[in-house]
Amino acid sequence: MLLNQFLILAAALFAFGVYGLLVRRNIVLILLSVELMLNAVNINLVAFESVLATSQAVGQVFAIFVITVAAAEVGIGLAIVLLIFRNRKSANVDELSLMRW
Amino acid sequence: MSLVDWVSEPVNWVFSAIALAVLFSGFRVVTSQNLVHAALFLVGTLGGTAALFLMLSAEFVAWVLVLVYIGAVVVLFLFGIMITRAPTGLDVGLDADERLVPAILSAAVFVMLAWASVDAFGLREIATTGTATSTEVIGESLLGRFVVPFEVVSFVLLAALIGGITIARRDLTPVEEQERLSV
Amino acid sequence: MFDLLILAQEHGAERSFGDGGFFGDTAWIMLVLPFVAFLLIMAFGKRMRHQGGEIAVAALAVNTVWATILFVANMTGGVLASHTFEIARIGSDLVFELGWIVDGLSILMYFLVSLVGLVVFVYAIGYMHGDRRVPWFFAAFSLFAGAMLVLVGAPNLVQMIIGWEGVGLASYFLIGFYWEDLENVRAGNKAFMTNKVADVGLVLGAVILGVTVGTFDFTELSRLAADHSEELGAVALVAALLLFFGAMGKSAQFPFHIWLPDAMAGPTPVSSLMHAATMVTAGVYLMARVFPLFENLATGARGLMVVIGAVTLLGIGLLAVVQDDIKRVLAYSTVSQLGYMMAAMAAGGYTAGLFHLFTHAFFKALLFLGAGSVIHAVHSNNMSDMGGLRKDMPTTYWTFIVGSLALAGIFPFAGFWSKDEILATLGFEGYIAVMWVAVAGAFVTAFYMARCVALTFHGTYKGPAHPHESPRIMTAPLIALAIPSAIVGLLNIPGVSWPVIGNFTDWLGVRVVAMGDHHAEGIDFALAAIGLTAAVAGGLIGWAIYGRDRDTQAQRDRFQIPVLYPLLHRKYFMDHVALGVVGATAGPLARFVDWTNTYLIDGVINAVGGLTKGLGGLVYNGVDQIGVDGIFNGISAAADGAGSVVRRLQTGKVQQYAAGFVAGALILVIVFVFFV
Repeated sequence: MLLNQFLILAAALFAFGVYGLLVRRNIVLILLSVELMLNAVNINLVAFESVLATSQAVGQVFAIFVITVAAAEVGIGLAIVLLIFRNRKSANVDELSLMRW
Repeated sequence: MSLVDWVSEPVNWVFSAIALAVLFSGFRVVTSQNLVHAALFLVGTLGGTAALFLMLSAEFVAWVLVLVYIGAVVVLFLFGIMITRAPTGLDVGLDADERLVPAILSAAVFVMLAWASVDAFGLREIATTGTATSTEVIGESLLGRFVVPFEVVSFVLLAALIGGITIARRDLTPVEEQERLSV
Repeated sequence: MFDLLILAQEHGAERSFGDGGFFGDTAWIMLVLPFVAFLLIMAFGKRMRHQGGEIAVAALAVNTVWATILFVANMTGGVLASHTFEIARIGSDLVFELGWIVDGLSILMYFLVSLVGLVVFVYAIGYMHGDRRVPWFFAAFSLFAGAMLVLVGAPNLVQMIIGWEGVGLASYFLIGFYWEDLENVRAGNKAFMTNKVADVGLVLGAVILGVTVGTFDFTELSRLAADHSEELGAVALVAALLLFFGAMGKSAQFPFHIWLPDAMAGPTPVSSLMHAATMVTAGVYLMARVFPLFENLATGARGLMVVIGAVTLLGIGLLAVVQDDIKRVLAYSTVSQLGYMMAAMAAGGYTAGLFHLFTHAFFKALLFLGAGSVIHAVHSNNMSDMGGLRKDMPTTYWTFIVGSLALAGIFPFAGFWSKDEILATLGFEGYIAVMWVAVAGAFVTAFYMARCVALTFHGTYKGPAHPHESPRIMTAPLIALAIPSAIVGLLNIPGVSWPVIGNFTDWLGVRVVAMGDHHAEGIDFALAAIGLTAAVAGGLIGWAIYGRDRDTQAQRDRFQIPVLYPLLHRKYFMDHVALGVVGATAGPLARFVDWTNTYLIDGVINAVGGLTKGLGGLVYNGVDQIGVDGIFNGISAAADGAGSVVRRLQTGKVQQYAAGFVAGALILVIVFVFFV
């Protein structure tokens, strides 16, 4: 297996995530896209680890951390979404543009 | 290694299959017009990713992925979707109107990353070892070299926990406030 | 300073010279103290019992102490020192210095100014009592004293000119003291203007000397003259004549004498000190200082100066005969005596001229103070309001007599000796005609003084006032001045040098025989007799004409020689001439100047003003309003515009921000990965 095949795959997933981030109107879907991006990063990390073969499995540990943080972030993010929805009865991100000129 | 060599290895067929699945799922995550479908396609992506991890001998990470990500995060997403009473059916207005620029940007991102990778690593190969990375190694690493980040992450989780509760809590009505104080 | 020493010794000085020791080094106190007094009087005078007179007297008393000590030092041992400090410099040669000089001549003058000044100041406290603006009087008087001392203590022409102008200014203030009367103001202006015209000569002379020979210092000039320097020789004539011109103004030589009689408008102490004893002698002093310069001059130039002196001497002396105002008599007399001094100096009589200056200061000051006493008693300046005052004012009478005898040149009083010296000099130097003129002058002097005394003190008083003797504060100075008037002449008996104190010639420091001075080795008895006879004759004849008492004072003064009297009465028509000349020229000149002013000068100024205004408007409208304001408005508009454009970035839409992030990150990464 080539290293690059993983990397390119991860790149593609990351690109999808970016697209989703910029296009989706629903806040939840935006968060979903973010998860996609994080996942792409994980693939990268693990792929690198398999190439580097460090004695401490650095890449994999890093990937674990990423997963953990992502989970925490989702928790908070959805809490916020909840609050927004409670206040505005809508999860549409376009309507959240109060801090504008 | 040439393309012929690559194709001739069975590992790569498996890889290709999984990769396609992952890509497709990922694509559908961002383009699906159904909220729940999008979440479920994420599950697919994550599952495929886990399979890829297994191929890279990262067993522990793979199962952590499944457990945490699919088991908790996606479930959380579904909770969130439900609670926000988002329309669970088809929703035409899920995407923004302006899609060209994001498309270009994401394409640019992909091109840049791909190019960088190819430029840096060329045809470097991953040695497929039979042995998976043992959990012991990861454990030692977590509590050895990465003990500080480990502890910090536990704080992060604690903060997320408390923060989540605090943010999502319903404000007490004045009546309830009075009751609480008089008690 | 050492040059003067060497000069003296080269020219046969018989004594060695000290430097005045402590008092010589601190002699500047004498120059400064009166100015300090001026300030103090201006500040505190009003509150004092004698309206500031105490301060003035105190200052001059200190000065007198210094001056006396220096005088004694000079008498016994000779003093020769000069202290200067530089204040400015042109190029590398021409230096402007200020300082003070202590040598025989300046010490003499210090002594004279301080002592006579002190006496007059004391008198003035009494005289000015109850008058208006007394503090200002003493302040201006102190100013005068200071300026006079600066003048006589000047080591160079520059400081002398400073002092010169200073005394001129003080004179202006004091002549016009009673400025409520326009006549007094006019008199002050006349004095100032006349002096100013003459000062042109003074300044020009000084400048020419300074520029051609590179120095203003008297010592240097003397040395250059003694060495017969060529540079000096080239300009000596011009410079000397110009300086003499300047001296004529201050010392009231014909035709610049016109201001002195009118200057009698000032209070009598002023007339006494300034216009008799000291200020007017500044011209003579100047001549003395630059005496070596005149030594080498052609006889013609010197002859001119002598003649001017002679004309002044006799011509103006005659005017004294027909005056009714007692102060005017004395004023014309002063001019006449100045003529004597100038004639003597110009003829080469360094010692003679200075000695007469010395004696004259005492007896003329005395006479003026006496006149003041009389004026105080009868409240009038005019002799036609006086008469018989000797009974009521004995002290004044007797001191006045002493002064008159001294002035007339009666043996053994001071004037005799000094006048005799002048006659001798004139004779020795060959100015025989002038000598006889001087003799005639002696006659006239005695004549008008006899008239003055007779009309004032003899006969009977027929006026309305009740004359009485002046208070002691005024009579004491009279006595104080009468003593030197009597005996000072003995200090310079030709050929006599008193033990310990020497004689006047020695005091002047430099034995100036080689410089052209003729100091008689013995008394020329014949000449002395001639002079004395003339004086006595004049006195007796005068007495005969005016001495008797008549019914009215006016009758006593009736004597008039037919042609001479009208001429004298109208002061040789000089005033008419002057007015005519001035009137003829002043009018058209004034009109021309006015036209120039209105059309040319004002025109130019208006044009400049209009141009400036236009330019200002242009700058304001074009440059400022459009340009500068435009820039600033433009900048702010640009900022405004840019802002209104840029702010549209803040859509509030998170995804757009995210897009921005991504794009930016992309670019950075590309840069870092591919290019750096």
